[in-house]
Amino acid sequence: MPITEIVFYLFSLVLTMAAVMVITVRNPVYAALFLVLAFFSSAAIWMLLEVEFLAIVLVLVYVGAVMVLFLFVVMMLDINLTPLKEGFMRYMPVGVGIAAVMAGELLLVLWSRGRFDATAFPPPPANPDGYSNTKAVGEWMYTHFLLPFEVAGIILLVAIIAAIALTLRHRTGTKVQDPARQVQVRRDERIRIVSVKSEPRQDG
Amino acid sequence: MLTLAHFLTLGAILFCLSVAGIFLNRKNVIILLMCIELMLLAVNMNFVAFSRYLGNLDGQVFVFFILTVAAAEAAIGLAILVVLFRNRGTINVTELDDLKG
Repeated sequence: MPITEIVFYLFSLVLTMAAVMVITVRNPVYAALFLVLAFFSSAAIWMLLEVEFLAIVLVLVYVGAVMVLFLFVVMMLDINLTPLKEGFMRYMPVGVGIAAVMAGELLLVLWSRGRFDATAFPPPPANPDGYSNTKAVGEWMYTHFLLPFEVAGIILLVAIIAAIALTLRHRTGTKVQDPARQVQVRRDERIRIVSVKSEPRQDG
Repeated sequence: MLTLAHFLTLGAILFCLSVAGIFLNRKNVIILLMCIELMLLAVNMNFVAFSRYLGNLDGQVFVFFILTVAAAEAAIGLAILVVLFRNRGTINVTELDDLKG
């Protein structure tokens, strides 16, 4: 068995086990960490497919940003876990049943009549020396997909604004300085002139 | 020899596992979001495998866009989750029935 197959089966096994743990562990923190393991394993499999750019992006963006965000939120919220696991065993038969039926159908389609075997889809030749997957994807994206690329940027901007607008809150009762109001202050807002009637001095 | 069917099988198994996860963890919004991320990963696996075996870079560009949208979705989803927890003190899906739908 060549080394690529060994690597593929090893990382597939790790990926599948990590996915199983994600959906079964009690603690969401462990689920997030197993999801990180799943992303790492699939990045390795993509690397095996010589899709280097997306493998690195998966590790950088997903593990480095999205999963850290998940972990932040999971650890910040003080969640009572006991009611969240109710019904796990109750929905176990239907969930596993539906997943098994779906998997059976998909595998039937995938492996019957040799639709996706080596004759229908011959293995691609290895990329030549000096070939840069990142450069190829970049050239392809900036020529054929320029408008979708800009739309993706706008989507990210909207996501930033939405996330900030959703979580921003003004607490009532906190003492906060407003510099704009401070520099706009006028004299008669600060000084009150009181005319005091003078009285004759009383000796003794 | 690794064929396209191997990678598609891996994606199919991953997708079915995340569907099962959505059934099993239907009370915990955080795990539901993680299952959606797993689903997107399974779909991305198919895109990458097809892109490589067909020798066409469109699939990889599409995966890039899926990653972008998934990151935006995770950010907004988690922001909604934080606001929800702040207002209700719970993330149990069965208690979120204010709309009486």
